[in-house]
Amino acid sequence: MISVYHYMSVSAILFAMGTYGVLTRRNAIVIFMCIELMLNSVNLTFIALSNHLQSMDGQIFVFFVMTVAAAEAAVGLALMIAFYRNRESIDVDNINLMKL
Amino acid sequence: MYDKLWLIPFFPLLGCIINGLLGKRFIKNEKVIGAIGTGAVFLSFLVSCKYLIQLLGDPVKSHENVIASWMSVGTVQVDWGFLLDPLSALMLMVVCGVGSLIHLYSIGYMHGEEGFYRYFSYLNLFVFSMLMLVLGNNALVMFVGWEGVGLCSYLLIGYYFEKQSAGDAAKKAFVMNRVGDFGFLLGLFTIFWTLGSKHGVWTINFMEINENAHLLSGDMMLGLGVTTVATLCFFLGATGKSAQLPLFTWLPDAMEGPTPVSALIHAATMVTAGVYMIGRMNVLFAMSPTTMAVVALVGALTAIFAASIGFAQNDIKRVLAYSTVSQLGFMFVAMGVGAFTAGIFHLMTHAFFKACLFLGSGSVIHAMHHALHHAHLHDDPQDMRNMGGLRKKMPVTWATFGISCLAISGLPFFSGFFSKDEILWWAFASTRGSKLVWGIAVVAACMTAFYMFRCLYMTFHGEQRTNAKAKDHVHESPWVITLPLVVLAFLATVGGLIGIPHVLGNLVGHIPNKLEHFLAPVFEHSQHLYEIEAHGTAATEVSLMVLSVLIALVGIAVATVMYMKNPELPGKFTRKFSQLHRWVFNKWYVDEAYDVLFVNSTKKLGTFCWRGFDVKVIDGIVNGLAKLVGACSAVLRHTQTGLFQNYALTMVFGTVVMVAIFILN
Repeated sequence: MISVYHYMSVSAILFAMGTYGVLTRRNAIVIFMCIELMLNSVNLTFIALSNHLQSMDGQIFVFFVMTVAAAEAAVGLALMIAFYRNRESIDVDNINLMKL
Repeated sequence: MYDKLWLIPFFPLLGCIINGLLGKRFIKNEKVIGAIGTGAVFLSFLVSCKYLIQLLGDPVKSHENVIASWMSVGTVQVDWGFLLDPLSALMLMVVCGVGSLIHLYSIGYMHGEEGFYRYFSYLNLFVFSMLMLVLGNNALVMFVGWEGVGLCSYLLIGYYFEKQSAGDAAKKAFVMNRVGDFGFLLGLFTIFWTLGSKHGVWTINFMEINENAHLLSGDMMLGLGVTTVATLCFFLGATGKSAQLPLFTWLPDAMEGPTPVSALIHAATMVTAGVYMIGRMNVLFAMSPTTMAVVALVGALTAIFAASIGFAQNDIKRVLAYSTVSQLGFMFVAMGVGAFTAGIFHLMTHAFFKACLFLGSGSVIHAMHHALHHAHLHDDPQDMRNMGGLRKKMPVTWATFGISCLAISGLPFFSGFFSKDEILWWAFASTRGSKLVWGIAVVAACMTAFYMFRCLYMTFHGEQRTNAKAKDHVHESPWVITLPLVVLAFLATVGGLIGIPHVLGNLVGHIPNKLEHFLAPVFEHSQHLYEIEAHGTAATEVSLMVLSVLIALVGIAVATVMYMKNPELPGKFTRKFSQLHRWVFNKWYVDEAYDVLFVNSTKKLGTFCWRGFDVKVIDGIVNGLAKLVGACSAVLRHTQTGLFQNYALTMVFGTVVMVAIFILN
């Protein structure tokens, strides 16, 4: 029997992998994908707990998160393209104008 | 009756404000600016005349007019009050009368100067300050005027401020005056505190101080009488303002200012403020024979010392400056031997003839300047060695200058004769006089006659030594310049007739000494109380008079022989006594001595305060704080990598910590 415990474990593993990717990867697209991974791990948690608690609140939240993720993807990719046109690279090490 | 006294200083203040604020942008026209400046002082003169006439017909001789309260602290009440008595009335006539003539003269002399409006504004401010000094009914109002004239003196000496020497001279005058002013304040505090704390009379009002001065007679301070200490402090103030030993060196340097300024401020009015102040506080001075002896001795020494320097100067204005110092010495001799009337009398006659001499020298300098300028030469227009023979070119200037020379030398029936002989007589015969002071003063009088005629001969007589190219361009000055000269020369001739000594008056019938009678309400009281009087036989007085005339004639004769008959004599003389000449020519090296004694060490202290304290300590603290903050931030800066992943890592770490705390609790 697959319990809510298992769902939560998978979700935690996915979230940790996403976080690790965001912190370590240099390629902006990969970082971006990692963020999506984190968002979806959260979605999984919502769905699992919604089912477990017999409440619709979690599922409604998922829709919000997906909307935000879609908007974020649109804005993020646009930034990526603009950046690539200027620097011919999407390596985040090159995004360092704020550094002294 | 006397409630419009405030109008007298008000007009010049108004003139100063109008010319100062509107002169540059809106009025611009020299004639209008000059008319406002001169008119303001002339209006004051008219008001002063009205009050003088009123005072002459009034049995009560001192009137106070308080227009507002200045400050009221505890038991001390200070008012903006004015005091009209014979002494201040006479000073008003001198300040406003000579002042308006010099304003008129300035219109011609300053014609075409860039700062015309500024000049007239300062000059009116000066007259305002001087009138406050003269009219103040308490020592603080007088002090306002006292400082005000010092400020205006500074501003006008530095009128040509783009010249280094003018700026230096202005600073020197200001600093030396401040030394004196310090003495004035100390004297005032001493009197105020002793009268208040010991006798319960908290006052700085002159009338009240005079009324209560007798209370101080037993009080001691620093081993001396309180009055002695206080009056010595006041006298220090007077030496600063009136250029006496040891604070006289600023006055010759003050000749950097325009010549009418020298005539008004540094001959006729401001420098006599010290004499006036002693006259105003004559009761206090009379109480202290010690101070009076000091005053008389310092005056006599200054008179002879400055006269000796006058022997060897070639700059016409410097000769007159040393002459002024010397004549002020005579006034202090008068004050010191208790001849208050004679001192004020000499102040007045000196204002006439010295203003005339200065304005005459200004007329010559003006003409020389234009002639040299016309010929594109850069000779010094003030150097008497470039002059000579100007008598035919400038007859009016010559005549007025000559009359004033006769007056200052003390030839009979010119104004200087009456005032100077009165001083010498008192020095000889007064209960406070001494033969030593008299002797020094007589020698100084002889020297005065010599150097004044030397100056007259070098400027107006003999061969014209001006550069040939400029020779024929020397012309007489316009009427605005010559009119004041003529008026002043007239006053220098007849001005002495208001104070004919009793002995002469008795010889030709009963002509009273009008001035003595007029000033008696101010001075008689203290002279009676402290037994100050001149006593001797009429024969002694007449023979002394003859002696001083003879000695003046000797001075004139020596000058005539040396500078008219045998022009090569002075050269021979200086070669023979070259050492002496060098000392006199360099003003006995007083300036150099002061440099070594005071100026250099003060400058070193200033440099230490600047380089050592200000730069190192004060700036060090401020800069050190900034550097400390900088050093801290240099360490903290390493956390700001600019890489967003580092920030994200920090966020994650922070979140983990917070969650951990939440869970563990």
